[in-house]
Amino acid sequence: MASLIGLYALIFGLCFSFLIVFFSVKNFRNINVFDNKIIFLTFLQFFFVVVSFLGLILSFVVSDFSNETVFNHSHTTKPLFYKISGTWGNHEGSLLLWLLVLTLFIFLFLLKSKKQTKQYRILTLLFQQIIIIGFFIFLIKTSNPFNYIFPVPDEGLGLNPILQDPALAIHPPILYLGYVGSSIIFSSTLAATSLNYISKEWAKHIKQWVLVSWIFLTLGILLGSIWAYYELGWGGFWFWDPVENVSLMPWLALTTLLHCILVLEKRLVLTSWVVILSISTFTLSMCGTFLVRSGILNSVHTFANDPERGLYILIFLFCLIFLSLFIFFFFHKVEKKNIGNFFWLSKETSILINNWFMMYFLSVILIGTVYPIFLEVISSDKISVGPPFYNKLIIPFLIPFLLAMAIGPKLNWIKSELKIKSYLILFLLISLLLSIFIIKSLNINFLLNTILVTSAFYLFFITSRDFFIKKFKFFSQTIAHFGFSLLILSILFNNIFSTEIITNLRIGETFHDEKFKINFENIEKRNEQNFKSFIGKFNIENFNGNVEILRPELRIYNQPNIVTSEADIKTNLLTDKFMTMNLVQNQDYFNIRYQIKPFMFWIWFSVLLISFGGIISLFQRRYER
Amino acid sequence: MYGRKVKLRFFFILLILITLVLSVFLILKSLEENVVYFQSPTEIKFLSEIEKKKIRIGGMVKIDSIDIELKEVKFIITDLKNEINVIYSGVIPNLFTEGKGVVAEGYLKDKNFFLATKILAKHDENYMPPEVKAALEEK
Repeated sequence: MASLIGLYALIFGLCFSFLIVFFSVKNFRNINVFDNKIIFLTFLQFFFVVVSFLGLILSFVVSDFSNETVFNHSHTTKPLFYKISGTWGNHEGSLLLWLLVLTLFIFLFLLKSKKQTKQYRILTLLFQQIIIIGFFIFLIKTSNPFNYIFPVPDEGLGLNPILQDPALAIHPPILYLGYVGSSIIFSSTLAATSLNYISKEWAKHIKQWVLVSWIFLTLGILLGSIWAYYELGWGGFWFWDPVENVSLMPWLALTTLLHCILVLEKRLVLTSWVVILSISTFTLSMCGTFLVRSGILNSVHTFANDPERGLYILIFLFCLIFLSLFIFFFFHKVEKKNIGNFFWLSKETSILINNWFMMYFLSVILIGTVYPIFLEVISSDKISVGPPFYNKLIIPFLIPFLLAMAIGPKLNWIKSELKIKSYLILFLLISLLLSIFIIKSLNINFLLNTILVTSAFYLFFITSRDFFIKKFKFFSQTIAHFGFSLLILSILFNNIFSTEIITNLRIGETFHDEKFKINFENIEKRNEQNFKSFIGKFNIENFNGNVEILRPELRIYNQPNIVTSEADIKTNLLTDKFMTMNLVQNQDYFNIRYQIKPFMFWIWFSVLLISFGGIISLFQRRYER
Repeated sequence: MYGRKVKLRFFFILLILITLVLSVFLILKSLEENVVYFQSPTEIKFLSEIEKKKIRIGGMVKIDSIDIELKEVKFIITDLKNEINVIYSGVIPNLFTEGKGVVAEGYLKDKNFFLATKILAKHDENYMPPEVKAALEEK
């Protein structure tokens, strides 16, 4: 029943798209005032997609197995929370969520853009409707979430247990808000380009949307990373896996765009660059969806999926790219009188330099991600590109990037004097000495690590200083840059100071080495609602004689029948102690991994700070008005 | 001779070109060094020489082949035509099971022995590396 309503609501939603397009075109040509009927229609479309989404949620909650999606991804014994989150934990549901956010955002856009001209608003709506119609057809044709199966099965197949997790329940919606937010930027940039509407005021207005999607994308990536850290049991937060990379690429493009919009807002230069970045941000978000959902990528996160869907997204994507390139080349007019006059030493230049590096990082990740696909098509060689590739190409270039980030905000717009500010040099010396002091006693590559840590400390000190002297105006930028320096520092120290022990133990056995003693005391069995749990008890004694107890867990889920390990993590401000236990088939040995990971808390915290900077910037704008 | 603006633009384009060339060069060079090739046990049998490079081997874990000790795990990867002995010490993923697909990363000692540094886990119990699937279907 609920799925039937859902399906009809979906089809109604599609019909509204055509109505909206019809009335918009009429309004665009004839009348001078914006027709409020259009806003109402957009709201109705959003409303029907919400109804459809609720219909799917309801089918999941009541375990209606006549619905194919529910049958494939749910089970009666699953806790209610995961029944609900299972709605978007699968391909069909997550695309419905995409659509929901698409319609929500265009509705909000129409409400929020009352100060803009009528033509611009309508054209944005039209471009957005092209995307929306594309997704409607995609959803209904290739991945209908409301397919009916007969005879109705008694029991569902269940949700993959590693997806049954609170962080992963909210990770997709938040990430999608970021991904889909970029669609509004895409549509409105295209509209503004075709109407030659790009101005300082436009930049101010679109900046809010850039900020909103940037904040959500940042938080979405953070959540995914936290989930991977404790659930996958590898004790890392970033694996340079293709599925992770495709979320990082739009983030890089969006971050670059955010900085360019700031330049555009102040100086009305770099307009073409802003247009290109808006187009590429959305294209990369779409590519992300395409690559993850088509199963082309050979990723550890791969779930079984269907190549046909990929083909549709690919064609759709090409149409959108073609459309936007067409508009860019034929409608985009470069402002002749105001063309980029800025001195080489200015804020503009430093932002451009960092854009340059950001684009470099982006292309490295892009090539690393898609090169294996191309090679396989061309030569049928199967390869994978691992972390060493990215580390080698990205880490050295972080040094000039960090330095420019520290000095750039200190420069003036248009032209800056080469004044030697004493504190800039003083801080450089302090950071250099501090890093030498930290690195020298360790057995690692001295030169590279020292310079890296120095530049990270440099940014850290300079932004910290800003907290004490700068006015409230730059607070958002300072806090985001400070967060970034903290992030890089924590990642560096996390890499340098991590230790790890991997061993196989039987119950009662003890592992020794010069630093640690790990005793596997016992194992305890428990029966939970939809899994059996085995909890090991380990006593870990370090060289000071301090004993700590860690209890990693093994879960054997009944539907589907999968074994997962739950890490036991003891977190404090300085270090995480991380332990996982794996079962080896038909053997009485358990595979044990014990890790000490310093500064994990600060990695998460600094990303929160970065997005907090965005949030402040968003509300500051409102405040000024 | 030329105006300041033309010179500036020329300089700008030159800078873009240099960065492009430089980054393409860097990326290609790094790709060459860091790419990991994927091979099946049969392909290894027919190798003419053993390279020191890191590779990945994919196949099925042979039934009754897992042998575990304190420090290491030994098992056999098979593609149902040929097989190879693997010695591994490290984290063992939960979906590592006899009769299921596996991908091991590491170095070849000789044509019969492989020293693995990593075993890759998949999230999905029905997932099988495409290479293994193809090998199994051929059989």
